[in-house]
Formats: sequence, C-alpha cells, structure tokens
Amino acid sequence: MTAPATDPLQPTPVAGRSAAPDSPPARKASPLAGARRLLWPVIGLVLLLILDAIFIPGFFGISIADGRLAGTLVEIFRWSGPEILLAIGMTLVLATGGVDLSVGAVMALAGAICAQLLTTSGWPPGLAIGAAIVASLAAGAWNGALVTLLDIQPIVATLVLMVAGRGIAQTIGGSAHVAVSGKIFERLGGSTFGLPTEGLVGLLAFVLTAAFVRLTSAGLLIEATGNNRTASRYAGVNVKLVTFLVYVFCGLCAGLGGLLQTADVRGADASQLGIYWELDAILAAVIGGTSLTGGRFSLLGAVLGAVLIVTLTTSIQSKVPVEYALVAKAVVVLVICLLQSDAFRQKILRRR
Amino acid sequence: MPPLPEGEGTKGEALEDVDDMSDAALLQLRNVRKTFPGVVALAGVDFVARRGEIHALMGENGAGKSTLIKVLTGAYPRDAGEMLLEGAPIDPRSPMEAQKLGISTVYQEVNLIPTLSVAENIFLGRQPRRLGRIDWKQIRRRSIEALERLSIRIDVDRQLSSYSIAIQQMVAIARALDVRAKLLVLDEPTSSLDAGEVEQLFSVMRDLRRQQMGIVFVSHFLDQIYAVSDRITVLRNGNLVGEYATAELPRGQLIAKMMGRELAEFEHQPRESQSTRKAASLPLLSARGVGRAGSMQPFDLDIRSGETVGLAGLLGSGRTETARLLFGIDRPDSGTVAIDGVQTNLSSPRRAIRHGLAFCPEDRKTSGIIPDLSVRENIVLALAARGSVLRSLSRRQQSEIADRYIRALGIATPHAEQAIKNLSGGNQQKAILARWLAAQPRLLILDEPTRGIDVGAKAEIQKLTLSLVAEGMSVLFISSELEEVVRVSDRVAVLRDRAKIAELEGERISEQTIMHTIAGERTT
Repeated sequence: MTAPATDPLQPTPVAGRSAAPDSPPARKASPLAGARRLLWPVIGLVLLLILDAIFIPGFFGISIADGRLAGTLVEIFRWSGPEILLAIGMTLVLATGGVDLSVGAVMALAGAICAQLLTTSGWPPGLAIGAAIVASLAAGAWNGALVTLLDIQPIVATLVLMVAGRGIAQTIGGSAHVAVSGKIFERLGGSTFGLPTEGLVGLLAFVLTAAFVRLTSAGLLIEATGNNRTASRYAGVNVKLVTFLVYVFCGLCAGLGGLLQTADVRGADASQLGIYWELDAILAAVIGGTSLTGGRFSLLGAVLGAVLIVTLTTSIQSKVPVEYALVAKAVVVLVICLLQSDAFRQKILRRR
Repeated sequence: MPPLPEGEGTKGEALEDVDDMSDAALLQLRNVRKTFPGVVALAGVDFVARRGEIHALMGENGAGKSTLIKVLTGAYPRDAGEMLLEGAPIDPRSPMEAQKLGISTVYQEVNLIPTLSVAENIFLGRQPRRLGRIDWKQIRRRSIEALERLSIRIDVDRQLSSYSIAIQQMVAIARALDVRAKLLVLDEPTSSLDAGEVEQLFSVMRDLRRQQMGIVFVSHFLDQIYAVSDRITVLRNGNLVGEYATAELPRGQLIAKMMGRELAEFEHQPRESQSTRKAASLPLLSARGVGRAGSMQPFDLDIRSGETVGLAGLLGSGRTETARLLFGIDRPDSGTVAIDGVQTNLSSPRRAIRHGLAFCPEDRKTSGIIPDLSVRENIVLALAARGSVLRSLSRRQQSEIADRYIRALGIATPHAEQAIKNLSGGNQQKAILARWLAAQPRLLILDEPTRGIDVGAKAEIQKLTLSLVAEGMSVLFISSELEEVVRVSDRVAVLRDRAKIAELEGERISEQTIMHTIAGERTT
C-alpha cells in the first residue's frame, strides 16, 4: 500500500471539475466549539470552590513544610492523581460505546500482586510493580476479548472481572492490609518538585494520552467506532481492534491507579482498595462531557470531572458527618448532571 | 428462490362477485393524505380492499406503500381523507384500535417474543381469565384451533424460537386472526421464507380468501404477486397510479406503471456513457458463482478497469445484497472472487478496501455517516482507518484534504468542522463520496447514490460518476432509477428475485430492454 499521508495531497481526479464556481469559501470553525462541553464542569468546580471558601476556613491555605507544599488544595491534587488515571481510561471505553465496571477490582488486583510479591516473595520493587502492570494489562485484554471476540455486552463482560478480579486479589493478598516499603513507594506516595507525585503522575498520564489520541488518528477512530459502528466498519475501521485496545488501556490505567493508591497508604488491602472507584470513574467521564452512548469524548473534561469529584469528597468529609457524606455527594452529583442535561435546562428555561 | 409456476388455477377465482363493489368493499380509503416535514408521502390516495380477495400493493421506494399500510393499521394518523370499514367511517388511532375493528397486520419482521411459548405468543396481552387467573387450558385449546385454521399442527407449548421463521410467521398470522379479523395486512411476509415456505403461506392465504377474508399483500417478488393476488394497486411518489385485475395486467405493464413511464417512452433514451471499452483487458474484479443462501443466488460478474457496470432490478431483487457480498460485509457461502486475476478472499470490508474497493451504502444515516463527527473527520476517516495509527495525517493535512473535496464536490457546509448530521442528504452523500475519493479506490460501489437528494445534486453525482470512470476508476452503479442506470453504465447486469438473470451491453442497454428482461419477456 502506498503512503496514505502523501497520496491524497496529489491532484485528485475530481479537483476543479464539478466544483460550483461560487461555492462558499471554507470558513474557519469557531475554536470555542469544542470547549463548550467543558463549561458545566468548570462552573461546577468554581461553585464548589466558592462554597468551600465560605464554609471551610483555611481551605485555600497553603504552607511550605519540609520543602514541600501542604494544605487542603495540595491534598486534593494528590488524591486526584489516581482518580484522573481511572477517568481517562474510562472515558476512552465510554467513547467506543462500552463501559468497564472492573476498574476497581483491577486496582485491587494490581495492589495485591505488587504487595504480595514484595513481602512474601521478596521481589525487588521495580519487578513487583512491573508484574502488577502486566496483570492489569492482562485484565484489560480479558475484558476486551469478552467484548470483541465473544460479543458480550460490555456491562456484563466487565461485571465478570469486577467480581472475579476482587476475588483473585483477595486470594493473593488476603483481606488484611499488606504493607509495602521501598524508596519507589515513598517517592510515589510522597512529593516531587515539592508537589504530590500522585497528582503529577495523573497529569502526566493525561498529557501523554491526550497527545496520543489527538495527534494520531487514534481519537478519530475511537470516536467513529462509538458514534456509528456500522459506518465505521464500512469505512475500513478495525472496530474490533480499536475496542479491544481501549479496554487494554483502561486496564492499564486502573492498574496504575491501584499502584498509586498502594503507594499512598504504603500498603494494599485487597478487600478495600478501589471499592466503588468504577462508579467515580464513570461519573468523572460523564461530568466531563463524554456520553454513555459513545462518540465524542473529552479527556480534559474527564480530568476536570475527576478533580471535581475529589474536591467534592474532600469538602463533604470536612463538613458533613460521615454517615451523611454519601447522600450529600449524591445530591451534588445529581445537580451537576441536571445542569449538564440540555433537556433539563430547556425545560427550566421554558417554564420561565 | 426458483420462480413459482404461474397461473396456479387460483388466479381470478375470487373475481366473480367483484362487480358488485358496494357489497364486496370491506375497507375503503378515499383521498387519503399524509405529509411529513418536507415530504408528501400520500397525496390523496384511494384504496379499496374487498372481502374474499387478495389485493397486492405495489410500488418502488418512496411510492407510499408503507405509509398507506401504516395509515390503514392506525400506526400513523392521516392528515385528510376518509376511511370506511364496511361502509362506516372509522378512525383508528393505534394498531390496537385497528385490530379491535378487525384490521390485523403481520409485519415483515416477526413481532413476537421468541422466548415465550407459541400459545403464550398468540394470547399475549389478552389472556383469557378464569376466576382472576389466566386460563391456560383455554389458551392451549384456542391456540391449537387458531393454528389448525391455517392447517398447522405444532406443539403450542414449545418455545417459539424453536420453530422456523416460516412457522413463526404463521404464528404471527394466527395471533392476528384470532381476534375475528376481517382484513389481514401482510407487509412483505415472504422476504425471509424459502420457496416451500412461501407456498405454505400462499395456501393459507387462499384458505383465508375462501373464508371471505380480505387480504392486503405487499411483496417485492413479481412472481409471487402473480401467483397469489387477484388485484393490484400501484402507487408511485405518493400518488395512486391505478387499480388493476392481476389477470389483465401483463408484467411489463406493471413494471412500467411502477417506474412511472409507458413502455413506448423507453425507446431511444440518450446514453452518455462511452461503451467502447477494451473488452479484452483483464477484468479488475471477477466474481464466479458468488452467492449466499437466503440473500443472493450464485452469480458471475466481471468489472473491468474504467468501466461502469450498472445493477438494475426492482426493490428486493438483490442489488444491495450483491454489493454487500462483493464488499465483504456478508460472507458468500459459495463462489470465488478474483482481483486482477488473482483469487482473493474479500471476507471483510477492510480486506475489500485493501484491494482497492470502496462502498457508498444505500442507507446513509445508519451505515454511511458518523453523525456527530465533523465533515472533515468523516472525509478523512477511510484514509485514517487505512493508514497506520502512528503515521497519521496531521490536522493540517486533514483540513487541506477536507477543504479541497468540499470545494471540488461543492459540498454546502459553513466550514469543515460542522457536524455532518447538520448537512442535507445530498451534501452528506457527497461527503461520503469524498471519503472514498480521498482514499483513491480502483472500484467504487455506489448503492443508490442519488436517493433522497435533490435534482441538482443528482445530476452532479451522475456527472461525477462518468468523469471518475473516464479517468480510469471502475464503478458498480446501483440504482432503482433505470434512466440513471442506462445513462451511466457501459454494461448492465439485470437482477430479479435475488438472481442475476441477464447482462446487457452496448446498444442493448435501454430502459425498455431492461424492463422487458425484468418482466421475463422476450425483447422485441
């Protein structure tokens, strides 16, 4: 096959022939067109921060201790790291029209494998981390294979690993906290350049992923697959391969997220690590403007969604008694989702 | 399927008392209108269904057949006009209401629940009760009776999906009949049945006719229409063309009426294609015995470089099926395809594309456009899918390609970043064409490229096809408009009832010859 990158730029068989002489000049698209989707998560985040500023004294206070930054905002940045990782992976899966319910279990699996290899088998930290990453890639490949080769509905296919994955993690790690130690974990759970390493890893993952999907055709192929599978197949898109790889990537993100969490608490508890994270990840992606029905996605939106959720959780925990925290979170999430809904906003506007 | 023997002795048998119209008329539609935004689907149509008669409803795409069926079964409200059932005005608001009035419909796709039993399906939603509980005994007994009326004896307790599609169709009819139906509407009931099953269905239909039921029958298979119907109503572009006794309407006439021209008009149509092709050259694509059970009978087809081959045939004759087989969407279960003389396995669209094929599907919305993506993204999609992910086109290259085709094809869009779903049908079609032209295929398959687009865009697309061929591309041109096929084709393959029946070349390509070929008559 000839290089597709150059061929189409040669004079084409039709150029200039059937052109309407007075066809409108191709105007430039508004650069803000894509940004509109990000409006609501940004507004949500700003509102939340304003409320925090009013009700939580010292919320914005940042101090420097031991050569690193400290304060609530810094902690939010730290906890956003794994959340961002999961949201990115989930966003791409949602964009193909699928969903991955197993990411919480894959976090536990990665954490348990890493901790167990370190403590019981005495592997060096680097190798243990590598093994955990391989396991999360395999978990993603398992999901992808169920969805693409066996044509099982994603929600059912990934439910298998959601249940089985945690079971395997507990078999490996038991249901107790297995402590990890080592420089690399101190670093991951600590600071780099004065900032929490976890947050930086999350940001780095976002930048690399966004660059990859937008500078190559990967993003286009993912969106096309999710928006119209049949038409994409007819246009020559390898929809099965695209779908498969997206699940593998999501597994990788979940595994990395699990390792960050393990580093954060210097240990892994297979029965607790990553519980309900799949729901937060879906929520972050949806708040960020990615539709559950597939198609257009926004990684920046997913990052905003992840930060929003962490901010929300942090704010609620410091203000609301633990037993009401989940209810309060649900209410705020509901409000954000309603704000995002075009149908809902139109209804409100019409009533006025 | 093999053509059914004609004139089976039943034809015309029910026509005797038809003269007394007022008595036999079961359902009358008078001057019925139905418009959709921008489209007049029915522009004042009359239709009469009579007792003890099988009435075929015929017409090409967009004629208004399905709209008429939906109006008379209450699925669509009519905008204007009268509906009389046994002389009394009726106004069914839903298929349920119509069914209560005695108008029952069986759709092309079996609308039953495969995981329930046969008896449950027949009585779903109207289970007889006894002391507040479902009377299963009665359901079983009445199900057996209902099926016996159709001469079907099966175990009504077995799951519906364990039976063939034909039996499922019969169950659907039994369900429709159980509510004391007066008029039975069969909307393309035969499209998934084999020849034997069709015969079984027909004998049921004839039985029901003997029981004085009125039957409205929609089918694309001419042989079937002539085998079973007593009367034919032809619609075209939302207008009534006429009502005819089947025995008095020769096939050629029927086709001419459906196509909208008298036979004489078909002579001496100007042809623009230059049919002087190097016939000796090796064919680009050569199909031998390619077929798929239930979709298309094995056919041979050669397409040479720089040649337009037209596929002509009525709706349901296997035009799209042929394209799907060649492009690897459906896998053939027989035959071979060679590209440049080398036997090739075109088992998926990706493989077909790698061999230089391209396919603009008939249904733009469901299988052509990626609705939410921009015009640019839609245009570069085939290129992007073909290339390696790492050597992708830059955003700038993509915009250049998109802008050039937007200009070259005159795609009316404010800019390349507009979502393609916001474009008109014709412009969407041009964008899909641009998608393939950018990929520079050797053989472009166009399935109904001008359907549903305005006249100007139609002419542009025809011209474009001719100029692509002049520059060496091969085109397989599928269209239900014969005029268009004749204008652009160097060679025409004629299809009927899912089989290729003839191939016309050079001077023999004319609408008249094609029509006669489809009708199965000798060319004069």
